[in-house]
Amino acid sequence: MQVRVRFFASLREQVGVADREAELPAPATVRQAWAAATGDAPLPAHVLCAVNYEYVSPQEEVAEGDEVAFFPPVTGG
Amino acid sequence: MAVILTSEPINPWRELESMEGRILSLHGRCGARAVFVGSMRDSNEGQRVFAMELEHYPEMTRRYLHKLAESANQRWQLLESLIIHRYGRIQVDDCIVLVAVWSGQRGEAFAACRFLIEELKHRAPFWKKEQTESGPRWVERNTPAEP
Repeated sequence: MQVRVRFFASLREQVGVADREAELPAPATVRQAWAAATGDAPLPAHVLCAVNYEYVSPQEEVAEGDEVAFFPPVTGG
Repeated sequence: MAVILTSEPINPWRELESMEGRILSLHGRCGARAVFVGSMRDSNEGQRVFAMELEHYPEMTRRYLHKLAESANQRWQLLESLIIHRYGRIQVDDCIVLVAVWSGQRGEAFAACRFLIEELKHRAPFWKKEQTESGPRWVERNTPAEP
């Protein structure tokens, strides 16, 4: 199945890409989407994850067509 | 409840005045208004800062701020609330965020206003990249709430 993977802020600079499609077996988790999109890079300790604009843990399952996002701790306001 | 995300400069005082003029339901009922205005300083973590790029995740940031406003509305007796947050290129002294609540009483107003800004700083998907005297730097953490 295909999911869209997005990276933001310093994580985007680290990984080197803002936005890509990842091919995953079903079922698959957010953590597996990270691995597929980064060529098996280790998941950094403080990364936040979201699926379809909601915060999730790396263990969360993903479905076909989901948008998965990874980003550093937030610093707004 | 109004939530606005904008790349344009924010004049928080004009926004508040505009809200006062627009919301007729406040008349006679609003005894308390609590306001927070956050703006950009010229230094952070020991470095001079000249400007900032404020990144966001449009779909998620918008959704998060709307849900945040709703949760404050459910938790406290509010007549009205306003969140305005800027993104994009920001200069020193520019307003970054305006949070305001209108309520019957100050207990509700203070608590709701504080909740909105603290939750926003803790969870809203924004990231600041500062232009410092020694080059660009991503802000890694917010300043603590308590002095």
